[in-house]
Amino acid sequence: MMLKITINGLDIEVEKGITVFEAAEQAGIYIPPLCHHPDLPTFGGCRICMVDADGKIVTACRAPVKDGMIVKTDTEEVRKVRLTNVELILASHNKDCQGCSRNNSCRLQEVSAFVGINQDRMRKIRRSVEAVKPDDSNPFFHRDFTRCILCGICIRTCEEINGVAAIDFAFRGFHTRVSVLGDKPLKDSKCESCGECLVRCPTGALYLAKPALVEREVESVCTYCGVGCGVKIGVRGDRVIKVDGNRDNPVNRGDLCVKGRFGFDFINHPERLKKPKIKKDGIFVEATWDEALDFIADKMHDIKAKHGADALGAISSARCSNEENYLFQKIFRALGTNNVDHCARL
Amino acid sequence: MTNSIDDIADEAKAFFIIGSNTTETHPVIGYRIRRAVKNGAKLIVADPRRIKIAEKADVFLQLKPGTNAALLQGMARVIIDEELYDAEFIKNRTEGFEEYAEKIRAIDLNEMADITGVPAEKITQAARIYAGSDPAAILYTMGITQHTSGTDNVLALAGLATLTGNMGKRGGGVNPLRGQNNVQGACDMGALPNVFPGYQPVSSPEANQKFSEAYGAKIPDKPGMPMTKMFKAALEDKIKGVYIMGENPVVSEPDICKIKDALEKLELVVVQDLFFTETADYADVVLPAASFAEKDGTFVNTERRIQRGRKAINPPGEARSDFEILCKLGLKLGLKGFEFKKPGEVMQEVAELSPKWKGITYERLEEGGICWPCPDENHPGTPILYEEKFLTGSGKAQFKPVDYKPPAETPDQDYPFILTTGRSLYHYHTGTMTRRSDGLSDLYNVEKALISKEDAERMGLNENDKVRLTSRRGEVEAEVKPVSDLKEGIVFMTFHFAETCANQLTNSELDPVANIPELKVCAINLEKV
Repeated sequence: MMLKITINGLDIEVEKGITVFEAAEQAGIYIPPLCHHPDLPTFGGCRICMVDADGKIVTACRAPVKDGMIVKTDTEEVRKVRLTNVELILASHNKDCQGCSRNNSCRLQEVSAFVGINQDRMRKIRRSVEAVKPDDSNPFFHRDFTRCILCGICIRTCEEINGVAAIDFAFRGFHTRVSVLGDKPLKDSKCESCGECLVRCPTGALYLAKPALVEREVESVCTYCGVGCGVKIGVRGDRVIKVDGNRDNPVNRGDLCVKGRFGFDFINHPERLKKPKIKKDGIFVEATWDEALDFIADKMHDIKAKHGADALGAISSARCSNEENYLFQKIFRALGTNNVDHCARL
Repeated sequence: MTNSIDDIADEAKAFFIIGSNTTETHPVIGYRIRRAVKNGAKLIVADPRRIKIAEKADVFLQLKPGTNAALLQGMARVIIDEELYDAEFIKNRTEGFEEYAEKIRAIDLNEMADITGVPAEKITQAARIYAGSDPAAILYTMGITQHTSGTDNVLALAGLATLTGNMGKRGGGVNPLRGQNNVQGACDMGALPNVFPGYQPVSSPEANQKFSEAYGAKIPDKPGMPMTKMFKAALEDKIKGVYIMGENPVVSEPDICKIKDALEKLELVVVQDLFFTETADYADVVLPAASFAEKDGTFVNTERRIQRGRKAINPPGEARSDFEILCKLGLKLGLKGFEFKKPGEVMQEVAELSPKWKGITYERLEEGGICWPCPDENHPGTPILYEEKFLTGSGKAQFKPVDYKPPAETPDQDYPFILTTGRSLYHYHTGTMTRRSDGLSDLYNVEKALISKEDAERMGLNENDKVRLTSRRGEVEAEVKPVSDLKEGIVFMTFHFAETCANQLTNSELDPVANIPELKVCAINLEKV
């Protein structure tokens, strides 16, 4: 069923059941969000998306649209409420933006700029930031409590996206923070290190242990299990420095696990094989490709001539591509043997 | 999988997960199932270990390793006794129900309870949930297949799905979650001893003629040897040379001592890999291959979706993609048809020779991939199999009753424990890639053989104590971790760690049809070092 509402004087038709926030989004009207995330259920905790709906100040992300509703997103009262709420967050927020991994891509910066923060006023109301040591126990991502705005996105992500629900709000009032059961380091919790929270954190509270700003991205498929998650391989120079989930991929829609997101060190690992090697008198000696392949071809022909093609065994790979598996079986079948298999049974 | 990830995750009213540690081995499917259960779907989990997904289960069946068929037959008995089956589906789309039902009615549920160690009430409860939810999806992995009874276990699952009309429809199906990024594709491409690409039997005269002509050679019409038999044949001097591409059998195969002996005996061992693996030690030639990020190609996921992988960077040094290496080797061997310039040209040849892939082109794969079968260029692909008919002569599903057979090796006085093996969230297969990640190693780098708290207490073992595990085939030392997730007499290890290699112990006895080794059950002894 369609409803008619007005936002800032514009007449809009929307579907019943959506929120004022979603209606504004559909109409292309920006309402500053902090704790809202499109993947997650509404929380309504940050109070930044306040709007005037039929004369009342409401949180847009929680207010359902009603037929004939008149919404104003930029009244003086709305501006004042939003500004005060952002000031309250900033008052206890780490002010070192340049030293933050999310500088220039931070939702709090975006919202602060939109509501119009006055730096003179901020200097007066800013409190000292509570000295809580960052949780750097996880090898892939850390948590800086001085940059956390308690939006709960990480908590909802852990519960709704991964489903493991490893983290929650702990302590009360000014000391509230995101923690695991028993306030242990993250590494010692049931956290599965998938990094879905890191991806959705709107500030620099959750940040990569190794900063990774990429030059270009290449769409591919994860190399681990058979789920076949779409990935974006992040490259800087000639190195893979990051892997992100591809939200456009129909298999995983951006979700990844710890191996897929973080387990890419092997690609640029110094122990990678870089030259063909032939064993001579028990010792491996570097060879050219021609030498190595000639050696193999001669030996294979030799075995075939002496013992028949069925004296050859061919073990292909469930990690190689279709084309490579196809070529592999083609070689051995063309040589005259069906002794072709791979690790499907392991 | 008979179905797609999306349709089961979004539409199944119940999941029956058996022999699959889904949240650790297929984490992203694990997320979807946890979400579905949160939204009201029912969950049955059957596993010898109280795995993480069991926390969310409506009913958890902690069966003894190797007793899957007994559990499934017990469930079938309940479904038939209580008439919970889909009579219309059985009438219209199946054959052999009466004989199947007769055989199932001869099964004693209490006996199945004794064999499995799962109370009859729980088996009944699971059967009622599975049969009472429409649709219901079965998900399984190697906990079902890596047994001497692997084929029977799969048939028993297919029997349940057929009985309840859960075949050929959204949200249902029999869904093996494939363990490796392209294990499905390697099978599809004919990297199997009995079939050409697209599952065309080597013994079929038409297929054999087609491929023999295409490859310019007389290809034998007898199936070749599976890998599990190649190493045995090497010990008997029947195999003289093996070419190993992207595989590390010295860690992943069962009964490794024998594998090593076999490799030492061979005249030629070629290893083509990213790293100098444990198997490379036994090679005569080691070839440096490119990783997935360094090459173009396609991969097939567990739902038969063919997707494009794309080159992001160059391989290091002189390493080359397997595609390049194999083209060059084909030419060096004097074979015809290896003049490919890029992987997309190989795909054209695959499409020409394999009817199931006929409609696949690189261009069509640009948008999210296609699930095969895809018989022509306008076909959208087939996310769900058997919607219209089954691949039998009559087009109807055939019930195949099975008998429960115990594992090849059961505990005795000398080897009183059962060892069952599996994987961890943090590592992949033999760890060639994941163990070179500092972060993953930081999270999990030392194997802990898991034992029950009861056994630990009885034997005076504490966490991190070192034990010697021995089987008839070998021995290994590892640290233990007592857990409440295991029943007495059961030990669990992963096979990721070469230094505490569980496959020194495992049994290489095979399923007679699928030739899959019984990696999930062997008898061992355990003593404090």
